[in-house]
Amino acid sequence: MLKQYSFEKTAVQTFPDNVSLAMRTENLQVFYGANHAMHDADLGFPKNQITALIGASGSGKSTYLRSLNRMNDNIATVTGKIWYHGVDINEPNVNIYEIRRHIGMVFQRPNPFAKSIRENIVYALKANGIKGKAELEERVETSLKGAALWDEVKDSLDKSALALSGGQQQRLCIARSIAMEPDVLLLDEPCSALDPISTVKVEETLLELQKKYSIIIVTHNMQQAARVSSQCAFFHLGHVMEYTPTATMFSNPQIPVTQDYISGSFG
Amino acid sequence: MEQTNFQLKKQDAQSHEWDARLHRATRATRKDWIGRGISYLCIGVIILVVASMLWFITSKGIATFTQNHVSLWKFLSGTNWAPDQGNIGALPMIVGSFAVTFAAAIVATPFAVGTAIFMTEISPNKGRKVLQPVIELLVGIPSVVYGFIGLAVVVPFMRHLVGGSGFGIISATFVLFVMVLPTITTMTVDSLRAVPRHYKEASLALGATRWQTVSRVILRSATPGILTAVIFGMARAFGEALAVQMVIGNAAIMPKNLISPASTLTSQLTTGIGDTIDGTLPNNALWSLALILLLMSLFFNALVRFIAKRGQLKNGR
Repeated sequence: MLKQYSFEKTAVQTFPDNVSLAMRTENLQVFYGANHAMHDADLGFPKNQITALIGASGSGKSTYLRSLNRMNDNIATVTGKIWYHGVDINEPNVNIYEIRRHIGMVFQRPNPFAKSIRENIVYALKANGIKGKAELEERVETSLKGAALWDEVKDSLDKSALALSGGQQQRLCIARSIAMEPDVLLLDEPCSALDPISTVKVEETLLELQKKYSIIIVTHNMQQAARVSSQCAFFHLGHVMEYTPTATMFSNPQIPVTQDYISGSFG
Repeated sequence: MEQTNFQLKKQDAQSHEWDARLHRATRATRKDWIGRGISYLCIGVIILVVASMLWFITSKGIATFTQNHVSLWKFLSGTNWAPDQGNIGALPMIVGSFAVTFAAAIVATPFAVGTAIFMTEISPNKGRKVLQPVIELLVGIPSVVYGFIGLAVVVPFMRHLVGGSGFGIISATFVLFVMVLPTITTMTVDSLRAVPRHYKEASLALGATRWQTVSRVILRSATPGILTAVIFGMARAFGEALAVQMVIGNAAIMPKNLISPASTLTSQLTTGIGDTIDGTLPNNALWSLALILLLMSLFFNALVRFIAKRGQLKNGR
């Protein structure tokens, strides 16, 4: 039996005005039909930092993440506000396609298209009206370099992306996202299908990428959260229980539920 | 010493017992043999039936050339079909068959793909609950009913619209269009549903619009399936006899336009089948038409297999 924890006692940090935030949510709630999957999440995400969302399966962290670039449209009902550059992007009349250009997403399972490596990256650029051959070439190169994949694939850009290893495919997916030059990169358990060596490569890539992008990563792996993130939010049964700097969370958790989760004596 | 011997003996006895137990047939193994036997019998009968049909049609079909000494080239390129007088040029029917088949496929494919996209991407719920049963119903309507509607509605309409008798390739195309539409649609729906969901998600997450996602990712990766659907539709159109016969006019002459009476391989077969005597040239000539139909259906099948293989290569390379 899962231990009962009070949802009243939470420790969620807020940021002072001088910290610039890439995104912020206010009273974000998610419903799958009658199922209340996410309760009142108020989180801010500092610019050019990696924020990790941790928690057990079914804690609502992926649901929350998918809401941030409106990938839950037509799947779930999302209420509350999502602030991005001073605009509430959870309003129905915003252009979701434009949002997703600025807030990119990488999924749990590497999901490159059944096209060549080059085509995988060029696809979204073309869809957004970028046509110049030179510019496309350049974007392919810079994004692959950004995702630390360039050296491995520069001679085989026209080979099928499906021939790459899992770790390479995931880095290609990251490259594909950053080719759009987004502000924010959302990653939904990007390493859960990868072996440890590929995981390390992806993590190194993320640490490099945070110089240019604000990153929010959902992970099951607490060591990963500790390794890569600066801020860390702990989700439990659809509630944000604790949100603190990562160092604090892992050395000095503020509330019992977090303490139990990170020490493994959960439930 | 005594004891060891005893043990050995006992072991021997035991191992003998095991030997028997592990080699004897049980109820279960006997059932296994019976099941396998029935299965082999069935497949044997089917192979026999198919092989004898192939042999029968082929031997009858080539009799025109071996017994009646008509040249194959004259048969395929001749335009005069009067078997009673020894003229058996099958080109008008071949042209007629291909014309209605391609025309029906060309008209039906856009409608089928559009409907399938609606059913899978735009309104999956309505698609599943309303459209799917309707389309499955359309598949099940007997062809004579389609032909009857064609005769009662399409032919008079064409007569009114463009003059002439109203019988002709265009009426046949229209009837076949309605007949192959459900076939192509259902198979296209299946192939669209088989596109992995993560392709769609990946595309949307990159900021591509729904239309871009459908046209560049979903349709692209469903292409082999859609081509297969179209070929199945064409095979159905090519082989359809009754409905076509009722609206095409059955004139075994080269079609000059889309609105004058023409005929297809199948319509000529159904029309002529009662009027010939076994073993004579007119009868053999009909078998030759049947042989062409058979070869075409083999060709369609081979094409489907070829596309399936190519599709696999493309996705798994």
